[in-house]
Order: sequence, then structure tokens, then C-alpha cells
Amino acid sequence: MAISRLSSRSNTFLKPAITALHSPIRRHVSTDTSPITIETAVPFTSHLCESPSRSVETSSEEILAFFRDMARMRRMEIAADSLYKAKLIRGFCHLYDGQEALAVGMEAAITKKDAIITSYRDHCTFIGRGGKLVDAFSELMGRKTGCSHGKGGSMHFYKKDASFYGGHGIVGAQIPLGCGLAFAQKYKKDEAVTFVLYGDGAANQGQLFEALNIAALWDLPAILVCENNHYGMGTATWRSAKSPAYFKRGDYVPGLKVDGMDALAVKQACKFAKEHALKNGPIILEMDTYRYHGHSMSDPGSTYRTRDEISGVRQVRDPIERVRKLLLSHDIATEKELKDMEKEIRKEVDDAVAQAKESPVPDSSELFTNMYVKDCGVESFGADRKDLKVTLP
Amino acid sequence: MAALLGRSCRKLGFLSSGHGARRSVSTETGKSLNLYSAINQALHIALDSDPRSYVFGEDVGFGGVFRCTTGLAERFGKNRVFNTPLCEQGIVGFGIGLAAMGNRAIVEIQFADYIYPAFDQIVNEAAKFRYRSGNQFNCGGLTIRAPYGAVGHGGHYHSQSPEAFFCHVPGIKVVIPRSPREAKGLLLSCIRDPNPVVFFEPKWLYRQAVEEVPEHDYMIPLSEAEVIREGNDITLVGWGAQLTIMEQACLEAEKEGISCELIDLKTLLPWDKETVEASVKKTGRLLISHEAPITGGFGAEISATILERCFLKLEAPVTRVCGLDTPFPLVFEPFYMPTKNKILDAIKTTVNY
Repeated sequence: MAISRLSSRSNTFLKPAITALHSPIRRHVSTDTSPITIETAVPFTSHLCESPSRSVETSSEEILAFFRDMARMRRMEIAADSLYKAKLIRGFCHLYDGQEALAVGMEAAITKKDAIITSYRDHCTFIGRGGKLVDAFSELMGRKTGCSHGKGGSMHFYKKDASFYGGHGIVGAQIPLGCGLAFAQKYKKDEAVTFVLYGDGAANQGQLFEALNIAALWDLPAILVCENNHYGMGTATWRSAKSPAYFKRGDYVPGLKVDGMDALAVKQACKFAKEHALKNGPIILEMDTYRYHGHSMSDPGSTYRTRDEISGVRQVRDPIERVRKLLLSHDIATEKELKDMEKEIRKEVDDAVAQAKESPVPDSSELFTNMYVKDCGVESFGADRKDLKVTLP
Repeated sequence: MAALLGRSCRKLGFLSSGHGARRSVSTETGKSLNLYSAINQALHIALDSDPRSYVFGEDVGFGGVFRCTTGLAERFGKNRVFNTPLCEQGIVGFGIGLAAMGNRAIVEIQFADYIYPAFDQIVNEAAKFRYRSGNQFNCGGLTIRAPYGAVGHGGHYHSQSPEAFFCHVPGIKVVIPRSPREAKGLLLSCIRDPNPVVFFEPKWLYRQAVEEVPEHDYMIPLSEAEVIREGNDITLVGWGAQLTIMEQACLEAEKEGISCELIDLKTLLPWDKETVEASVKKTGRLLISHEAPITGGFGAEISATILERCFLKLEAPVTRVCGLDTPFPLVFEPFYMPTKNKILDAIKTTVNY
């Protein structure tokens, strides 16, 4: 890995603390924003376009932020796992742990004006867009203070002010929708793009190809990101796709295959894709990633893949470990500092869970709100057409 | 033994609507099974009795998300029991094609909530194939199985009851079993029926419902409703998991001196109008209950038809106790559902009209 550090501006007044073994003063970890260049471990593979460079421009601050955000996301998903097992989260819960690099890498390359739309595995994408932990947990537990006011649940997180168009239950349904968002952005001419996330399972849906055709025909600034975690619920990609090279499936649409477990590679690819989409129309990014949990909390995740495979990926490709190694080898932080950060994050997550647990369920009148626009005056009937007759607000 | 029965049943299978020699399974004993095991048995028998039958859908290979297809791939091979990619439209379309060549395609849609991409194939292709080709071709061998209905925490996309959409399509049949014993017999009838059938399985009952299910090959006729509880004051009509709730309401009503007659419709399209009509002519009152939203639900069709046929015999307006006119909610499920108390209230109101 090539390193070039232009200037070292770590906090000099705390330098003596580095050598102290048990210093009572906590050392400030590096907040250096000067550029560092790091090579991605795996090269990009491209289809109908040039590959971006393997040298990614980043900074200590950014890499540390990656670590912190990914650790937070990981903790959140693990907490959600326990909450689900404790039956505080009901319904369906699809966890993203293992895929965190995708969420953080993408955010590093774009702004909050760029739109993101994704499938039901949306908890970490929501956090990446600036969502708060307590909003996420509240929504998971169906409380009033949740990001969708408790009416959506795990699969339907949204954040309007960050252009996060949510969490969708039906596989692939978000793809034409996302291209529609890009269509609107093209009209608005505000140099924003839409990232449309879908999985390897959804890659076989007809609506993807319909949307690709239209997006390419009209040169829409849409970036279709295939989060290839190699399993569509219980079916491996080699069993479900004739061509598992999802980045090439766009045929006439250019594509890029990216190591989705490397946050820096993801950042580079997204940056490249955004520039491409604004000039040349749609592009497909295939992110090679992996999920540790099963498809959802109802799926043990081990009936269609071996435990060795899961632990193997965890040992060799874990996104958080990769960034940790980077931080340690570049001396941006010490092992202890990172462990302390993780402890803090753990506490942050626990506090958010506790706070969410306290919040109330939505009022029962909410059952009828927001079906139609206000003042629609439509009558909705309950049982029997006699009791519970409500005029929709 | 099973093979012998299988062959004779296959001959019976092609008789329309199961008229002819019919064995009553309601009193037979068997093994105690839950719903998914009963369906699994039916599938084993179906594949065993007809070498040109196939089971496919998403994740059916390892047994399926509800274990209905356990053991099939191991026993009959990956050529007959296989996973498909994630595309409902493709799965059903493919099934129609297979069926058009004389095979039995037993297709699984993972959740009824996902059936909509295949809606075009079902409505425009499957339902009209025989009709538009002047009986040259048909896809009668097609059976679409899908888990439907509330499960307590399913939310918007794992709880829907879309049966009303399909009941509006002449050319297909819609069947919904209420229990393991019924499910096995009905599913075998559906598979062997020479028309395309959509078979909705109440997912709530997959593990919850346990019943004695005869182990041999048997079929329960389609388009025949069953009076599962006799009474004189009011007729209740329902299907699937809702019948359990309705039965509880009937028991409570009995304590208050109201005698309820409960009918399981079983086949929604084409439905057994005669049985319901006879019952309403006896009781003079009708209550229909289903999980799907009330407006435009199948209860409306039953209500309109019974009104036409029994107008002068009715003592009270036909009443429907159904899901609310909202998307299937997340935390509000208990408010949305047509519960025992709502039904009980409606029974009392109707009887005291």
C-alpha cells in the first residue's frame, strides 16, 4: 500500500501521552484532514467504461469516521438482533451487518442532495444518511418517535431531509421508482444523482431491465447499485442467475464491479459513478459484499451456506477489521483508542435502545391517517359498517 | 397401497367438481399433523402419482420458508423440484407454459403479497387460455400456492389477503383450506383439477393448527361448501384462518342463546351458492367475515348474491365483519383484524334487528 503523508498535524501537545502506558488523560485520536492516498486491495472490473484509479484519496479523519460509523452500524444491527429475539421488535427484520462498508463508502462520495433508495435491508443506509439511532430503534419497535412514526417498521425507514427515499418491501419495486427520482433530478438540473440499491435476488426481476432501458434511453442520472451478497434469501447466485456478472447485465449500460467490503473502494466507485451519471446517463455498480446474518431474523442463514464460509469471510474480509488495520498501520489511532471508541459506541447504542423502549406506541387514530391527503373526506368503514366509521382526515 | 389409490384417484380427478365416488374423510383418523406437514404430504403424493408434475418457486429446494416442500427435492430430484430466480411474473408464466404442454406445474409464490407481478400472467394468460383458443389449449395443470393472511406481526407485506382480486377472474379457481386435513384433500383436488387454480394457505395455521390427517391419498371436492356447525338463528360464512375466530364467536353466542350455523366456503371461485342459500333460507340472517378490507372484499359478492336469492327470507341486512379499509398495518394489527368480539357484536346486532 503506497502511503504519502504530506504533513503531520496530530495534536502535538498530547504527544507525550502516546508513550505513557496508562495515561489518565485520554489521547485525542487523529483528526488530521490532510490527504492520504490508499490503494484498494482489489482492482475494479469494468464493462463499457474505464475503471477508476485504484488510488483513493482520503484522510485520517475520514478513515476514522468510517470506522466509527461502521462500528455504530454493526452495534445497531446486533442490538436489533437481541431486541428481535426478545420480541420487542416484531415482524420482519433484515440485518445489514457485514455490508456496512457500502453504506459509509457511498456517503463519503455524495451529498445529502443526492437521493438514495433501497430495499428492505435499510437500517444502516438510514444511519448513513444521518438518521439517529433512537429514531431507528423506535421505528423497529413500532413506536411513535420512529422515523416513519411507527407505521413502517424495519422495512420502511425514510428520511426526507436527507433525500433517503426508503426502504421497500417488494423486491425490485424500488428500481423503476429510483429511476423516476433520477428523471425528476434531471428536470431540476441540480447536479444531483440517485443511487438505486437492489440485491442479487432482485437482479432477476423484469422491472430492472425495463427501468434500465428507459434510464439509458433518456440519459437519466441514475446509478444502479447491485448489492451482491451472493444469496437471494436462500438461493445462491450461481443457482439463480445465468450470468452472475451483475455489472454486465445492463448490456448497453456501463458497469463496474467493486469490492464492497472495502469502504474506500466503494467511495471511489461512487464518486466515479456520480461523475459518469451526470455526464453520460445510467451506470451499474456491482458491490461484492456479504451478509453475516441470514436473510431475515426468521432465517438462520446456515441451511444454504456453511458456517465455515461465514466465519471465513468474517476473518478475511470484514469491513470494520480492514479499516481497523488501516488505522493501526498508519498510526492514526492505537488499538486501545479504537477499543475505547467501540465501548463508547456500545454505550451510545444501548442508550438509544433504552430511550426508544420508553417511547409510546402511536395513537390508535393513526390507523387511518395518511392514507389519502388531508381533507379528502373519504369515509372508511370498520367492521359491520356501523361502529368504527371514520372520515379519513 | 398408496400407488393403487393414486391411480384410482387420478381417474376420479378428471371428473369435474369431484362428483362421483367420494370417500368421506371427516371421520377417518390419521396422524396428527400441522398445516405445513399436511401440505407437504399432499405434494409428496401429487409428485408420486404423476411423473409429469413439478414443484418450483423461490427457495423450495431446501424445503421452503414454511417447510411445505421439505424432502421433495431429495425424493424426486432436482429436475422436478427446483428453485427459481426471484421473478414472480416469470415463475407463473413459466408454469403456464409447462401446463400448456400437459404437465402439472405446482408453483409456489413465497407470500401472497408478492403475487402481483404475476397478476397479469394469471388474469390475462392463465384464465383465458382455454377460452381464447377454443379449447385447443389449456393450462389446467397449473396450481399456484401462496401463503396468505395475517400472522400477528407480518405488517404490510407479509399479511395480505388478496383473494378478492382473483375471485374477479372467470377462468381460474380460488381455493382456501381451513385446516390440515382439509388442506391436504383440497390441494390434491386443486392439483388434479383440469383448470388453473390459485390455492391460498393461511400462514397463521402452518404450525398452529394440528389435526388428525389420514395418511393415504384423498381428495376433497372443490366448489362444495361445508356446514361445519349447525344452527338456526344466523348463518356465518368464512374461509381459511378466519373460521377459527368465527367458531369462537359462535361458542360465545351460544352462551347467550344464539344458535349459529357456520359454513366453510372452501372454494371461493366458483363458490357453492346452493349451500349458503339453503342455510340462509333456514336462518334468515347472514354474516360474512374475512381478513381482507371490507370494501370490495369477497363478502360483497356473497352478500349481493344471497340478497338476490333470499330477499324475502331475510330478517336482517346481511352484515360483513372484515378488515378495515386501510393497508394492512404494522402495530395496529389488532385494531384492523375482524376479531371475535367484533363478530360477536355483529351477531347480536343482526339477531336483534
